[in-house]
Amino acid sequence: MLRFTLNRLVMAVPTLVLVSIAVFSLVRLIPGDPAALMLGDIAQPDQIAALRVDLGLDKSIVQQFVIWTGNVLRGDFGRSIVNGEPVFALVTERFLVSAQIVVLAVALAGCLAVPAGVIAAWRQNSLADLVLVGSATVLLSIPTFWLGLLLLLLFGLKLGWLPVLGYVSIRDNIAAGLIYLVLPVMTLVIHETGALIRMSRASTLEVLRLDYVTHARAKGLSEAAVLWKHVFRNAFGPTWTMIGLILGHLLGGIAVIETVFTVPGLGRLMVDSILARDYPVIQGCLLLVAVSYVVINLFVDLLYPIFDPRVVAE
Amino acid sequence: MKMPGLNAMIGAFLIAVLLVIALVGLFWTPYDPMALSFTARLAPPSVDHLLGTDEFGRDVLSRIMVGARASIWIGTLTVGFATACGTAIGLLGGYSRGWIDRVVVALNNTLLAFPGILLALGLLAVFGANEYGIIFALGIAYTPSMARVVRVVVLSLREREFVEASRVMGNGALYTLLRHILPNCLAPITVLATSMFGWAILSESALSFLGLGVPPPAPTWGNMLAAGRPFIEQAVWLGLFPGLCIALTLLGINLLGDALRDRLDPRMRGTR
Repeated sequence: MLRFTLNRLVMAVPTLVLVSIAVFSLVRLIPGDPAALMLGDIAQPDQIAALRVDLGLDKSIVQQFVIWTGNVLRGDFGRSIVNGEPVFALVTERFLVSAQIVVLAVALAGCLAVPAGVIAAWRQNSLADLVLVGSATVLLSIPTFWLGLLLLLLFGLKLGWLPVLGYVSIRDNIAAGLIYLVLPVMTLVIHETGALIRMSRASTLEVLRLDYVTHARAKGLSEAAVLWKHVFRNAFGPTWTMIGLILGHLLGGIAVIETVFTVPGLGRLMVDSILARDYPVIQGCLLLVAVSYVVINLFVDLLYPIFDPRVVAE
Repeated sequence: MKMPGLNAMIGAFLIAVLLVIALVGLFWTPYDPMALSFTARLAPPSVDHLLGTDEFGRDVLSRIMVGARASIWIGTLTVGFATACGTAIGLLGGYSRGWIDRVVVALNNTLLAFPGILLALGLLAVFGANEYGIIFALGIAYTPSMARVVRVVVLSLREREFVEASRVMGNGALYTLLRHILPNCLAPITVLATSMFGWAILSESALSFLGLGVPPPAPTWGNMLAAGRPFIEQAVWLGLFPGLCIALTLLGINLLGDALRDRLDPRMRGTR
């Protein structure tokens, strides 16, 4: 177990290094002089030169990367060009806003979808299965931003149950904060339930066909015991891995949800920085989400043996 | 599912409708999709304007028809780009093995470490937020998925007898790759390219919705939804129809993709 853990930890290091190189080079790929782009058309040559020195652009690429990495490791992501705020504080604050929505949504979606998928597979080709799979495929096909708009229209504008604009942090006011989370979380839960039902059903179906399930039934175990002890425990692995992937994908794609519900999260920050060409903030957002994706997948891998001890032995 | 044939037919029907709408929109729309009309602002669906008009009095149906063209165009170019590059990289890595393969895998894994449309967002900052920026950004973001699938297939194919035979007969590597290996990769490539078309249409509409896609006044389903958002209370149709088009298109692609996967590549069943 220790060896398995260490192995996975060491394997994540090269990915993290490559990801940071990619984030660093992405900003270098922008055509033209970053300093001139940042200052805009009215900049004087001496202003541009000063910013170049300030950003370290007069040094060699390798030197720049070393300096940048050193700064990042110390938590110094530079300052926003638009408002001069330190990027690290800005992105971590916004990250927490996005993360609470995503984690809550995936946890709820998992609780709904995994049992639904198991039931659909258990009663394969029954009416319940057809309805579950059919609605899962439909849910999967509805874009989150449209679903969000429809829910906003229904619960916010027509029924007036939930707020339409604005955001209150749960740190300032728990009750009010939770109310603002309902619609974004509900939208993501509805969408992700579709993907997870299909995954959970497919992996359960594979296990149901295996001989030891027939054996467990033949020795007279109750259907509930067969499903829980023999089927579910062996079928949950792929779904668990997918939950990790979905967590990361939602963090990467949450900008649309935050735009619909005017939530000040990381996705919206990134889009606004792209529109404003605020490169240090773009870099900070990219790095933070990519690193958390690597960490989430690592975490998922490390917890995997709890459901499926066979992976440690391999 | 009991009737995969039925699902595939529904999927094919939805995609056929989309293609017809886009094709007709090339030559004819009920109104000029850009024509402003201050007398017909926010008009509800009626005989004159089947799907109503927007805040500038533009005909929603005409704009949806032209938007379908934009979606298909961007989707096709994106998938074409990703499929061409991904297949070439996958063939190269899988067939040559050794250090070239290691470089390919390392680059691939790096790009795959960026979740969802995050990489596309980062690349959009490089290419600029416009139609061709989206195609390149999404194309590059999807390339590693294609390369990974092709590489794995090539790795197993290159050990097969018919490939060995081709090598022994003195055929060059390029000939062997194109004549014997590539044709055997086409099934998984088709399956992935179909889902990719769905990802591309979804991502394009999401990026346009965020204001990072095709800039207004040119209509796309995504920027129509974004523009209609402030008016959805008075004009429900502005929030309804463009989204419905995206959802039906994606449903068609998903149904068709599932059927294609079951038929062509049983190993990939159950993956997203």
